Amino acid sequence: MRTRASGRTVGGLRSLSLQAPAVTLLLIWMLIPLGMTLWFSFQRYNLLMPGMERFAGWENYEYLLTDPALWSSMATTLVLVGSVLAISVIGGTLLAVLYQQDFFGRGVARVLAISPFFIMPTVSALVWKNMMMHPVNGVLAWFSGLFGLPAVDWFSNYPLLSIIIIVAWQWLPFALLILLTAMQSLDDDQVEAARMDGAGPLAVFFFITLPHLKRAISVVIMIQMIFLLTIFAEIYVTTSGGPGLATTNLAYLIYIRALLEFDVGGASAGGVIAIILANIVAIFLIRMVARNLED
Amino acid sequence: MATLQLKQIAKRFDDTEVLKGIDLDVNDREFVVFVGPSGCGKSTLLRIIAGLESASSGDLLVDGQRINDVGPADRGLAMVFQSYALYPHMTVEDNMGFSLRLAKVPKGERRAKVREAARILQLEPLLDRKPKALSGGQRQRVAIGRAIVRNPSIFLFDEPLSNLDAALRVQMRIELARLHEELDATMIYVTHDQIEAMTMADKIVVLQAGVVEQIGSPMELYHHPCNRFVAGFIGSPKMNFLPVEVVGSDERGVEVTLPGGGSSVVPVSSDGVVAGQSLELGVRPEHLLLDEQGPLRGRIEVIERLGGQTSLYVRMEDALVTITADGDVANAVHDEVRFGFEQKRAHLFDGQGLALQGLDRHPLSEPGRRDNRARHDAGA
Repeated sequence: MRTRASGRTVGGLRSLSLQAPAVTLLLIWMLIPLGMTLWFSFQRYNLLMPGMERFAGWENYEYLLTDPALWSSMATTLVLVGSVLAISVIGGTLLAVLYQQDFFGRGVARVLAISPFFIMPTVSALVWKNMMMHPVNGVLAWFSGLFGLPAVDWFSNYPLLSIIIIVAWQWLPFALLILLTAMQSLDDDQVEAARMDGAGPLAVFFFITLPHLKRAISVVIMIQMIFLLTIFAEIYVTTSGGPGLATTNLAYLIYIRALLEFDVGGASAGGVIAIILANIVAIFLIRMVARNLED
Repeated sequence: MATLQLKQIAKRFDDTEVLKGIDLDVNDREFVVFVGPSGCGKSTLLRIIAGLESASSGDLLVDGQRINDVGPADRGLAMVFQSYALYPHMTVEDNMGFSLRLAKVPKGERRAKVREAARILQLEPLLDRKPKALSGGQRQRVAIGRAIVRNPSIFLFDEPLSNLDAALRVQMRIELARLHEELDATMIYVTHDQIEAMTMADKIVVLQAGVVEQIGSPMELYHHPCNRFVAGFIGSPKMNFLPVEVVGSDERGVEVTLPGGGSSVVPVSSDGVVAGQSLELGVRPEHLLLDEQGPLRGRIEVIERLGGQTSLYVRMEDALVTITADGDVANAVHDEVRFGFEQKRAHLFDGQGLALQGLDRHPLSEPGRRDNRARHDAGA
């Protein structure tokens, strides 16, 4: 017992020294920006007023928390994340079932279905803005014209919906990719056993396929959540957060504060709030995923 | 309680013909084993019976009703898969009751049926567990339980014991035989293991390359294999084959030359046999006898001592033969040995590999003369 304990200490020291560079690097990478953000969030620091920097206490936070823009941007963030998650998980599951079927040209179809994920967010946002949803040049306007309907000005009339469509278009392939690989690990015998037990296609989906995909779905939700909380490029390229604050999410609000209003202190306070929000989400999420990964 | 008939069942995948016209009658309450080397089409045949695959041609009849176009769930069959195919996210109880749940059987009745099956299989303490918390043998029993709960007319088993370790396999074999008696059901069982086939079957169907080689009771296949393939496949260790030449024939049988000189009479029908014809002599290892005066000789290459019996691998001029001898046999490797064989137990195969008909039938080899079958029928 004692020898093992001492052996562990030696091994512990040795492995610690090996881990040290990586851990140190990670700490520097994480802690310095975090520390600076925290520091700036308690400073009155506006680039338009050089030389006026001073300790501000909770001022930045008070200002931010009483600002209706914060709450509306939080709501926008949650709506955006929630809708895109719903679309990509539900759509991705259905498409995964579809692309699991054997049909002619399945390989090509799979690659095409997954390809939107490989397009840069700025590029896809521009394509959607100028070629798909544009009220004059857009494909959608041409379609509604075919039926004699007036063209829809997507970004003025349904700004958040438009953003949701674009982001969902980008992320649905990701969900599809993960869920399709998960589908492939489904044991055929199980499906056949269920068929012999009297399960039709719907029952097989709900009783066998869906439970099997549960774990993959929770992974999709977790990874997408991380990226969707910080959606920026699509908003910047298409609506610039407008009209008004209709498409301003938390990330974009921080951008407005820091780089349009040059209020570094206020933006840092927004950043800290974003961190707190992300952590609250993460706690629930990681619990859920951990539970799923356990069984 | 059901009979099953296969009529000219064939299956093609694109250009390859997997099954080439299978005819088979399975009687009520019979335990039928499909046995054959991997790739012989036995699993495909089972899947066609189950309805998981459709036959390219031929008819499938249960109790005289054609079921080719009936879905797998409505055929009244239940299947136990090689991988068990338990639903991993459901408890044992839910796994076993899944078919009843889909059939919208009330919860109380469902529970009662699952409990009953669990009692038969001694699974009662495990009902709340998930499959991953079970051992291989327990999973196997749950898979069987899932089949029992459906109260099928025919049970189908697709190599159910191949994922178990040797000791457990023996135990499950006994349990399946007991279950067959207790449930009084027709069972069809696929395996590549001839020991499973010999020990459990009422009727063995030997398949090779999509063709039925022989159908018969275990002892019939053992004592009267109809061709060289069946002779080599059934029995362990494998039958020895020696090239011989016909000297002559009379009412006692066919006289053949033996390797290394001498000749011997094998009591088989001499129809169509001419002097000078080349045949193959087939003798099982247990029917080769060490004998100072024996007509055959060779040098021992390997000795495998199993305790109760010993396998001697003996190099003859142009063949390696296996002799199953007594456990206490004193020979050592490289010894020269002489041995003979029991003529009554020997077989002769012609150029096409077909067996020459034996003159005497073995008393245990008549169809339906299986011991536990007879006992079972007397009890019923």
